[in-house]
Amino acid sequence: MMELNNKKPILSIQHLHRNFQMGEETVHALRGVSYDIYPGEFVTIMGASGSGKTTMLNILGCMDRPSSGHYILDNEPVENLKRDALARIRSKKIGFVFQSYNLLSRTTAIENVELPLLYNSEISSEERKARAVAALELVGLAGRMDHMPNQLSGGQQQRVAIARALVNDPVIILADEATGNLDTRTSYEIMMIFQNLNKQGKTIAFVTHEPDIAAFSSRTITLRDGLLKKDYYNNHVLSAEQALKNLPPPELDLADGGDE
Amino acid sequence: MSPITLIKIALRALLRNRMRTFLSVLGIVIGVAAVITMVAMGEGSKKSIRDQMTSMGTNAITIMPNSSRRGPVQLDASGSTETLEEADIFALRKKAVFIKEVSPVVTANGQAVVGNNNWPVSLTGISAEYLKIRNYEMEDGIMFDDQIDRMAKVCVIGQTVVNNLFPEGDPIGKTIRYKNIPLKVIGTLKPKGSSGFGQDQDDVIFTPYQTVMKRFNANTEIRTIYANSIGEGYAEQATNEVLEILKERRNWTKPTEPFRVRTQEEMIQMVTSTSELLSIVLTAIAGISLFVGGIGIMNIMYVSVTERTKEIGLRMAIGARGKDILLQFLFESVIISLLGGLVGILLGILSAQGVKLFLNWPMSVSFTSVIVSFLVCFATGVFFGWYPAKKASRLDPIEALRFE
Repeated sequence: MMELNNKKPILSIQHLHRNFQMGEETVHALRGVSYDIYPGEFVTIMGASGSGKTTMLNILGCMDRPSSGHYILDNEPVENLKRDALARIRSKKIGFVFQSYNLLSRTTAIENVELPLLYNSEISSEERKARAVAALELVGLAGRMDHMPNQLSGGQQQRVAIARALVNDPVIILADEATGNLDTRTSYEIMMIFQNLNKQGKTIAFVTHEPDIAAFSSRTITLRDGLLKKDYYNNHVLSAEQALKNLPPPELDLADGGDE
Repeated sequence: MSPITLIKIALRALLRNRMRTFLSVLGIVIGVAAVITMVAMGEGSKKSIRDQMTSMGTNAITIMPNSSRRGPVQLDASGSTETLEEADIFALRKKAVFIKEVSPVVTANGQAVVGNNNWPVSLTGISAEYLKIRNYEMEDGIMFDDQIDRMAKVCVIGQTVVNNLFPEGDPIGKTIRYKNIPLKVIGTLKPKGSSGFGQDQDDVIFTPYQTVMKRFNANTEIRTIYANSIGEGYAEQATNEVLEILKERRNWTKPTEPFRVRTQEEMIQMVTSTSELLSIVLTAIAGISLFVGGIGIMNIMYVSVTERTKEIGLRMAIGARGKDILLQFLFESVIISLLGGLVGILLGILSAQGVKLFLNWPMSVSFTSVIVSFLVCFATGVFFGWYPAKKASRLDPIEALRFE
């Protein structure tokens, strides 16, 4: 991992604070967190509830601004940007994967994947379509492009969401408990996709509270009470593919698309 | 985001809630259709009154004593006691340059009898020029000349009288008894329909005015003089001239006017002003229903924004700006209102035709009302969609995503 340190960080936060005013009381969700993430890293952010990991992710995702401290994303300081400028950063540099997939209902997979590109007027409709197809192929859903979310399993829906996060070619993919709603088998399948993306050079920050998920990442940042408690480089990254093979065979093989 | 993409997104959202979209469109449809129909109703009745008034003669001028006298009884001290007489007719014919034709009108009331048929109709004493002033045309026979045979016992009758007194037809040469005086029918008039006042203009018996004065009324008083200005736009000059000639004949020096001169233009204005007021009231009521339709849109848009909070949050998370969200919802409300507008205009035109057909009410759908309705619909969509859309665009993406 040391060779990464020679590069410029893709994401750098320094002394990040975030306070919330709850009536009379001020809640300090983040109390001075600093770290860098380098291109090609697969970082999991862990912490108990209330540790500030969601607040951290919101700030990393440019949906929230820190009360103080610095946040540099892809060489651009973003901590003081206005709403519209933040929206532009989200549109171009960030891919989100949520716990509850957040696909638009009654909208086909491919249209869901195209959605982020609609907000980028530089991209023609042909290119939009081509990129959405490529992203869906990458997550193994080439055959289900015209399916509605309610015709897809949870794992497949999450894959559509990953394709949606990829389609704008972001500098970092942020996942918020992306396996939280899935069973172990499907979780591993999803982690396999993340690992594959990471191998192809994608930088990923993955918020989770499950240690076995963290074992699939190369680095784990643990937060507690709004402070960075542990920054751990994992030299024995488990292969999700291997873990999947080691699982007892499912009694009922759900046609879950897994054509990787 | 391109407008086409916005329209697609809006249409998809609207199609997703067909029933709800249908109902909010319906609100606008009813409003617009009501406005179109009401305006058509008002315009139609104005137009028909105008048409009927025109049939009475566009340049007609009526001259009446400015008194409130009924026969020998003075009803009001303020009026003059001057009456019109035959010499006035001659004076006007001789001197007035803005006047083309002049005819007195004297009437007698009674029952016209032919054999077993009788018909209540007043006898109208006129001079031959009256036909030109009032746009009457002969259908059959000849018109009398009131100056050659001043007290002739002849008459010219309208179609209603023909139908009621001569059901077998061919009245020329036959005799009508009016108050026991026989009047020979020498001509019939072409049908004219009813006037702007709902009067049947074909329910007339015309006879020389001297006949009515001498044989029926036994006095020489003329209640009304009808005249004709030389053309449109001369009404005012003609009016002034008539008053001047009449005053000059009487060496009139009092500040009050002895006679009342009314032009057809004034009459049209007088009659249409009532229907104009009615049409404004009707249109205002219809406008209220359009307004209510607009409130319906606003309501549905608020529901829609609340319901789709999570979608809004997601769109923002993946890069939508406030403006994108604002436009998305604004397009939805504008599409609802324009759709409602289009359907409403069609429905309005149809219902105007229906009213015309079944209720026999004169309708006139004006192009202006269609265009204005459409523009009002667009404005309604923007106006009532603005606040819900603004609310949507101001949502905090984090809060919105967390919304269940």
